[in-house]
Amino acid sequence: MIEVMASLLTVSGVGFYLAGSIGLLRLPDLYSRLHALTKADNLGLGLLIAGLALHTQDLLIALKLVLIWLAVLAASAASAHLIAQHARRRETQS
Amino acid sequence: MTAMLVLDILLVLSLLSLATAALATNDARRSVILFMAFGLVLALAWGRLLAPDVALAEAAIGAGLSGALLLTAVRDQAHRALRSSRKPVHERGRANLRVTLEWTVTLLCIALAGLLAWALAQAFDRAPKDTLAQAVSANLAISGVSNPVTAVLLNFRAYDTLLELAVLLTAALGIFALGPARPGHRAAGPVFDGLARWLVPALILTAGYLLWVGAHAPGGAFQAGATLAAAAVVLRLAGRRSVGLPTGHTLHVAMVAGVSMFLAVGLGLLVLGRPFLGYPPAWAGGLILLIETAAMLAIAATLVLAFFGGRPTPAPGVAEKTS
Amino acid sequence: MPELLAVSALGLMLSLFLGLLRVLRGPVAGDRLLAMQLIGSTGVGLLLLLSLLLDQTALIDVALVLALLAAVAAAAFTGQELETRDD
Repeated sequence: MIEVMASLLTVSGVGFYLAGSIGLLRLPDLYSRLHALTKADNLGLGLLIAGLALHTQDLLIALKLVLIWLAVLAASAASAHLIAQHARRRETQS
Repeated sequence: MTAMLVLDILLVLSLLSLATAALATNDARRSVILFMAFGLVLALAWGRLLAPDVALAEAAIGAGLSGALLLTAVRDQAHRALRSSRKPVHERGRANLRVTLEWTVTLLCIALAGLLAWALAQAFDRAPKDTLAQAVSANLAISGVSNPVTAVLLNFRAYDTLLELAVLLTAALGIFALGPARPGHRAAGPVFDGLARWLVPALILTAGYLLWVGAHAPGGAFQAGATLAAAAVVLRLAGRRSVGLPTGHTLHVAMVAGVSMFLAVGLGLLVLGRPFLGYPPAWAGGLILLIETAAMLAIAATLVLAFFGGRPTPAPGVAEKTS
Repeated sequence: MPELLAVSALGLMLSLFLGLLRVLRGPVAGDRLLAMQLIGSTGVGLLLLLSLLLDQTALIDVALVLALLAAVAAAAFTGQELETRDD
């Protein structure tokens, strides 16, 4: 049962990643790409980590995985903001 | 395992296309971004090749820190070019010279790569492949650590690492010769400030973890030093005046810490009648940790100095330090 | 399960490769940085998968360092300009 859930979570995480990159390639401009990417890869990594944590069944490793997810979550939110701000500053300058 | 085979092919393709693109572009900033992406994928490739030690170093230095260093260098150059608006007179002659130089360097690089590949093939042909690895694992028990890479770097080939630290010290002296450091950054907005507030402690903690874990798993002074330096870089980018880099004599002590700790241990052992850097097995673990701690400080100080781009000057208003 | 992990790793690699196309294509620095962000977090995911797949716990530490340093790159690139020199 746990195996099945772990697989399901892992695969759906990868799906979110793929959706994110396709969005990054297909969407028309920077701001919409920003929107697609920041949601997709956070959720993708979250699901992937949930799947892997179930799979390892080692509490310490699972804890480390969750810490990594939190770090990526906070860092990517901040850097998405920085990138958007940078792009906007460029736009208003020119 | 066809999936893994396809993965490997994709990895190699990514590396090749990124390297080509980074070299082919004329825009230095674009080149830096492509180089950073290259470092990231290279870290993955090292991980795939079961070399987590190298992957860790590449992730810390290649993907994060060197990008920041190269970027400030590019920005600095743009500033300077803007200031000296004087056009070079021999524009055409210079362009010719440049093309010749580029081609010469490229051809020399290709020749060197060919030579290295040939030498490697010869070496693999002649000797059994893993005699050195076997020698290391046979002697691992007396090295004081259980991570073979640390055992080689800090015990069996400690001379090498001592000289590497001396090279870093020379680099730090070279940075001092560049004159005063660049001016700092503007105070960051609330989002970046919030980022720095948790990222800096996390980086410092990770540096300590990597230093400690180096005894029995991938990690060690170089990775820890780079992570520690990244913490200072974040502080500097956030517009803080003081980034934890000491000034005056304390800075000098930090710069020479790695080399001098190595020498102190080596000479001390000589006095006690052991060979230079030949640790007694019972003390080896402690001595290695001692040297690695000092080396981490020296490496971090050198990298931060490189980001400063010169000798740090004491801030005019020291009272402004707490911003 | 190992086959599934391998296929998942391949999926992530594919995603990373698509992200690389955006890095190569641009057109502005922001796009490249955004794609770097994607490659960074895909790299973290891929390292975690590989750590299980290849039985290398140390790769988790690599992923941790990558996760922490991914933000440094974006910060360095979008960072505030240098203060003007007083000369």
